[in-house]
Amino acid sequence: MELGKLPEKQFSQLLKVHQMNSDKITKGVLLLSSFVILFVAGGMIFSLVEGAIPALKSFGLSFIWSNNWNPTEGKENYGALPFIAGTIITSVAALLISLPLSFSVSLFLGEYYRGTRIAKILGTMVDLLAGIPSIVYGLWGFYVLRPLLIDLGLPNQGFGIFTASIILAIMIIPYATSLSNEIITMVPNELKEAAYSLGATRSEVIFNVVVPSARSGIIAGYILSFGRALGETMAVTMLIGNANIVPDGFFSTGNTMASVIANQFGEADGLKLSSLIAIGLLLFLITGIINAIGKYIIKRMG
Amino acid sequence: MKNLALLILTVFILGACSNSSNKQGGEKAGTSKVTLTAAGATFPMPYYNMVFKNYTSEFGTLLTYGGIGSGGGIRSLTDKVVDFGATDAYLSDAKLAEMPAEVVHIPTVLGAVVIAYNLPGVDGLKLSNELLEKIFMGEITNWNDAAIKANNEGLALPDMEITFVHRSDGSGTTYIFSDYMTKISTKWADAVGTGKSLQWPVGMGAKGNPGVAGTISQTEGAIGYIGSEYAFAQKIQTALVQNSAGNYIEPSIASVSAAAKGEIPADTRIMLTNSADPESYPISGFTWIILYKEQNYDGRAKDQALATVTFLDWLVSADAQGQAEKVHYAPLPDAAAEKAKAILRSVTFDGQPLLK
Repeated sequence: MELGKLPEKQFSQLLKVHQMNSDKITKGVLLLSSFVILFVAGGMIFSLVEGAIPALKSFGLSFIWSNNWNPTEGKENYGALPFIAGTIITSVAALLISLPLSFSVSLFLGEYYRGTRIAKILGTMVDLLAGIPSIVYGLWGFYVLRPLLIDLGLPNQGFGIFTASIILAIMIIPYATSLSNEIITMVPNELKEAAYSLGATRSEVIFNVVVPSARSGIIAGYILSFGRALGETMAVTMLIGNANIVPDGFFSTGNTMASVIANQFGEADGLKLSSLIAIGLLLFLITGIINAIGKYIIKRMG
Repeated sequence: MKNLALLILTVFILGACSNSSNKQGGEKAGTSKVTLTAAGATFPMPYYNMVFKNYTSEFGTLLTYGGIGSGGGIRSLTDKVVDFGATDAYLSDAKLAEMPAEVVHIPTVLGAVVIAYNLPGVDGLKLSNELLEKIFMGEITNWNDAAIKANNEGLALPDMEITFVHRSDGSGTTYIFSDYMTKISTKWADAVGTGKSLQWPVGMGAKGNPGVAGTISQTEGAIGYIGSEYAFAQKIQTALVQNSAGNYIEPSIASVSAAAKGEIPADTRIMLTNSADPESYPISGFTWIILYKEQNYDGRAKDQALATVTFLDWLVSADAQGQAEKVHYAPLPDAAAEKAKAILRSVTFDGQPLLK
């Protein structure tokens, strides 16, 4: 039966039914996909916890602050402190190194040279940095940065916490920059004009109007990049020296949580495998806590 | 929407059909073409990749090998997801008892661990057992140390810091290296021991043979250990190591093969490090394939079992062993190959030997 020949009442009814159906189906599909995500995330947490239980049972909470990592059969003992320390130190250092750079670049792009050709080129370059695979950063660090640091007299043949932090800093610059830049661009012109009309200089406008109103977005950008630094694996593995010890200085060799998992997972079994999974769980928790702190800061400032 | 639902349904039905037809096809084809799946050690991978491919083109049996590490190979065999596994370290008595059924070891080829170093202009470095202990325990930290000089008269050893590079990942290479160190040094045995990954007294880690080799070649004054198959192919500067007869031996196909000339137990589970043969390179070892002695498990077809042992019998034959040198491995000496063949003849299906 053709629709056109239907009585109007019937037609609108049919249309209504059809709309209701498509509404329901859309809703159902959306609900299902949300549940899939929930299920996957829940399943990951569950399997991490399940896998970590043997290690946590054998070592208890001291797993977190024990610095003895000995995989030799018969003397097996695992502690996560060397890796937790390595991860936190490299990430914080990377954040501190990248902070002045990415902050200036985002101001340059979003305020001083906003909309100009040079800003566009620079913006593209920064985005390009985000697209470079981490193994390429690792190679560059290994073949270019490390020899440079050896010439500067760095100990341990240029490997260690410091080298890894520099590479991490370069890797996280685009994350912090592009988010802060976007937020800075979004600061309403009226606000800035009002400040100018009161006789404020450009730098006064930037530091008293633009930065405060973009504050939460800028901080969100740094938290995002910190999270990225925590989980970075390949480039760090290639430069940190992979010594499973608590670093005794900024130029010492060390290891990070993500790096030790990537390195040792292949041949691990039994208690060692469980300890690696427990490190994964801890990394997951640390990242979660950092994110929560970030959200809290943004909420309070927003 | 109806159309979409119909489409999804059609896809499902088609999928189900092709699944079932695959299964039927697979069973039927089983008589003509068998697929063997294996996984394990990465150390013998270049050799396995080559001979597996050659076997497929010659005899038609399809072979796939996953280089997932020795630990993964043992796990895969335990879970019965492969026809055979591969490992660089033989299963200990305790580990054998843990396996769901009796497992046999087939040695397939020999490899070695070389001591690689980076000292421009210093060739033929000789390392005694005592020097190895002191360098790797961190007691000697400079290349111009009197002990190294005394052992290497005529070599211009520079005033340069020694940087030890070890593996950061778990590895059969590390196992063979540390097994040798444990045999020659009580200090090492007490403080470090034997294992696929260790608590290192000194040095820094790099991932895989390429990682260690790359770090050594980029770092003057570096020393480390590398799988011979990789070192020979890359022509890396290697040290002469003192064997148990006191001779300084250069790692080569011949000196590695010599390590297996001595007495080998019937189940072939032996570490060949520090071999008594005066011509042997002391840091050498077998790599093994492991499989269940009774092949009728998990509803395996007899063809599958027969194809497995037939292939392994070929793998230890002169035909396959002759190809080992091409990819820088040492072939099994005859006595070892005979032992491997005898073990394969003990593999059964329903209690009946598969090979005669």
